[in-house]
Amino acid sequence: MTAEHAIDPNGIGEMGPKGVAATGRGAGGPASKRVYVGYGFWIFILSDMVMFSAFFAAYAVLAGATAGGPSGRQLFDLNNVAWETACLLLSSFACGLASLAAAGRNALWFHVAMAATFTLGAAFLGFEIKEFAGLAAAGDGPQRSAFLSAFFTLVGCHGLHITAGLLWLLTMMAQVVAKGFRADILRRIHCFVLFWHALDIVWVAIFTVVYLMGKAP
Amino acid sequence: MSEIRDVPATGDEFDRAPGEMRLGRSGIARGVQGYLIGLVLAAGLTAASFYFCFSGLIYGPAVPAALVALAVAQMGVHLVFFLHITTDPDNTNNALALAFGVLIVTLVIGGSLWIMANLNHNMLPMSKIMEMQR
Repeated sequence: MTAEHAIDPNGIGEMGPKGVAATGRGAGGPASKRVYVGYGFWIFILSDMVMFSAFFAAYAVLAGATAGGPSGRQLFDLNNVAWETACLLLSSFACGLASLAAAGRNALWFHVAMAATFTLGAAFLGFEIKEFAGLAAAGDGPQRSAFLSAFFTLVGCHGLHITAGLLWLLTMMAQVVAKGFRADILRRIHCFVLFWHALDIVWVAIFTVVYLMGKAP
Repeated sequence: MSEIRDVPATGDEFDRAPGEMRLGRSGIARGVQGYLIGLVLAAGLTAASFYFCFSGLIYGPAVPAALVALAVAQMGVHLVFFLHITTDPDNTNNALALAFGVLIVTLVIGGSLWIMANLNHNMLPMSKIMEMQR
């Protein structure tokens, strides 16, 4: 046990646990790009969550405003939702494996895991488009009632995020092929992984609040 | 062409980017193990949500509360095992930002529901309003 340990056992001050001046805490200079790029993107994700929370609040307030039209209990197909949930959870898992492959600089496993992430994410989107198309075809589109407007806004916004994420995913695969695991590419991969995991967290809230609570007896 | 480098500065190991995992000596295998634990826990909690929603095991009016509890637990699992948010000192910034996000989300959702429930409660029934306008 060094003197530094006694003063600052958890290394949260200017000095790290080994008595070396830690970066990002004043004495050691600014944090490295790897840390603050990730932190900045984390702040973006949290602000995205705040935006989603507004849509959730709107949905929760309007869930009963069906204007004489069908309610969630009549419209939702939980089988479809279960498949969506499984696809997105496994996609998130595959994305985690891709981040490990990137950390190990293994291009083959990176591409295999990213391809699995893409396939599962695209399958999720397919189930969602099928559901939306079915609702619209039956005349239960967003124009039918305040409840359906809020539903399409909330779930559709998540779906748009997934679509953007899939495009980003393909971009990252292409960049690894073209440029390899360069430091800047690794930072982008890291941000993508954060984004994809965060979308799965939003989906947990959606399937609970929208589908299960809408369908609960 | 200048090569882009990102060599960690001295002492950089004491700060962690959000979602970053410290693999240590055991490396990739340890990382895969973490993701597997997360996957199993998340799948179990999801299955529990779908099951308890219709099983009738939980008293009817308490089902929404049970679903919310399961969802919050699953979000916790995702944060810990997929996003690697911990209470480590080197994760303080990330956890504090998350705590602020949770505060705002709670205020927006809770506040909206509270206010709107109050307004609904204080509003005349729609039929009465129509009568008055006649």
